[in-house]
Amino acid sequence: MPNALHIVVCAGIVPDPLQTLEPVTTAAGPGLKNEMVLPAVLDPWASSALYEAASLTTKNPGSRVWLVSLGPKAKLQAVMMTIAQKVAFELVPIDGPIGGFPEAHSTAAVLAETIAALPGLDRSHLLLFGGWESATRGAGVTLQLVGEILGIADQFQGVDQIDLREDGSFEVLERVEGGKHQVSVCAGTPAVLGWATGGLAEPRNNPQIGMANMRTIMPALQKAKVAKLEANGLSYVSVSLPKQQRTTRVVKDLSPDEIARELVEWIGAE
Amino acid sequence: MESILVLTHADETGSALNNASLEAVTAGLELASRLNAQLAIGIVAADATALSKCLPSEGARLLAVSGEAFAQARYATDAAACEALCRAVQPTIVLAPASSRFTRVAASVAHRLGGFIDTHISSIGGTDRVEATRWFYRQRVEAAISRDARPWFLLLDAGTYAAFAGATGTAQVEQVPVELPALRTMVSGFRAPTQGAQTIRPDAKMLFVAGAGWTKKQPDGQVHATEAGELIVGFLAATGASLGSSKSLVDQGGEGNSVLPFLTHLNQIGQTGSTPRHAKGLSTCCHGEEPHVVGWRFIGDRRAISLDPNCGWTRGKADVVYVADAFEVIAKVNALLGAAKA
Repeated sequence: MPNALHIVVCAGIVPDPLQTLEPVTTAAGPGLKNEMVLPAVLDPWASSALYEAASLTTKNPGSRVWLVSLGPKAKLQAVMMTIAQKVAFELVPIDGPIGGFPEAHSTAAVLAETIAALPGLDRSHLLLFGGWESATRGAGVTLQLVGEILGIADQFQGVDQIDLREDGSFEVLERVEGGKHQVSVCAGTPAVLGWATGGLAEPRNNPQIGMANMRTIMPALQKAKVAKLEANGLSYVSVSLPKQQRTTRVVKDLSPDEIARELVEWIGAE
Repeated sequence: MESILVLTHADETGSALNNASLEAVTAGLELASRLNAQLAIGIVAADATALSKCLPSEGARLLAVSGEAFAQARYATDAAACEALCRAVQPTIVLAPASSRFTRVAASVAHRLGGFIDTHISSIGGTDRVEATRWFYRQRVEAAISRDARPWFLLLDAGTYAAFAGATGTAQVEQVPVELPALRTMVSGFRAPTQGAQTIRPDAKMLFVAGAGWTKKQPDGQVHATEAGELIVGFLAATGASLGSSKSLVDQGGEGNSVLPFLTHLNQIGQTGSTPRHAKGLSTCCHGEEPHVVGWRFIGDRRAISLDPNCGWTRGKADVVYVADAFEVIAKVNALLGAAKA
């Protein structure tokens, strides 16, 4: 099995995108109003990474997928009820703070330490997956830092596609400026891939996968280690909602001809 | 006393600095002036000599990492190059453009230097100390941050500063040697999406967003995806607009529904897509839900065409909403633009 992969997917949990967010000040620093009761989902770009990982394992027998996720244990459990129905994985939960305001370097250090200690992980066969950015902090640095701490010398960000070859090398498409992909060929694992949307649709729920996953997820959650994150000198001067309210002119009584003329004039105006 | 290093790199041609790098130079000059700090500018390129002519001739120390290995963007070589420049200057603050090239390596370089990084910086201010503004939760919450720890790396979002256009000259460029690791990744080139030519293009003046309504049943009870595609492509050809789309429309392709064949995930804007910066934006057949609004955060003048007068756009998110059929309006817009060009 020359292409048996050990794929570790780093994925956080984020508020459901349809929720209204309101920043508040808490004892631990900035946070979101009612953050612990906001419905949460697995981070969208990290979800792409998880689905791509699962797809790779089906094509490469002997492969394994670990899902490493840092967040409050109760929120992780709620999100896993849904995600566990999609694809097979081994959950590695870390009980820690939620949200986008904790410091990225601290988060990366905890994740790297956890991954380095994973029993059965062969780092020479490691593909470290995650979203290229999260939907919380959105810094796009955590996965890169984890890879650097683990000493992985090949990293790719904004990945939409990976094609594994027989000899263990793989071709990667990364998003770059101008709506194009940069095409690279890497000699083989280990490597870091920060995924954009990828090319797979969200898998349908599969109760059998869900039941198999839940047998290991619940014990893993009970044993989740607790992580405290350092601020590393980061301080928040202000946290606020953007001023986004506009005075909208609603045009109901113009014909398509009149609207078209107005739009053409607007398009041409500097 | 702060010491500032601005990291820059060549564009795709290799014969000029990319625009985002020149914006970072402006930010560096402003910050150095305000803090009375020393300024250095580092260049990563195959041949940095010609590129240095785009940079200030006075007031900044110029350094470069040059060689064929740096002609292409690659993690191992770019990280080594940026690390070498940082070690040569020993800055307390490092500014760099949030280009795909530097975004791929900047955090790792910060880690190697024992420093810390913050990205997507939209402005740098502060009086007694340096404060940077950035967005959280996909442009839904804005925060000003500061750090005591140094070196502090700040990745600047494109379009937040004007590109450097001051006096240039032929200042001496110091070449910085780099010891490269064994290279396991080869860059073979670029590939445009096979399904179409138009995607999000930062240089366009206008963003055109196609929503899921284009592929819904029309008043005659039929779906007109082919006609929708022709109208959209015609509009893009006439205006040179950048094409964005909602997630729901892009996702339809994976669900076997009628789709616009030229749309890919690269077109997606919003919560799971890009957040482009354009002077104007025209949304068609979209709902103004929050995830989509996120994609419009940095659009200046916003207009929308929607059949639903109660859609989210009517609630203070667009400047003008036309309650009309986008098929009819865009067809007439295309005809007027075509006639004007003829």
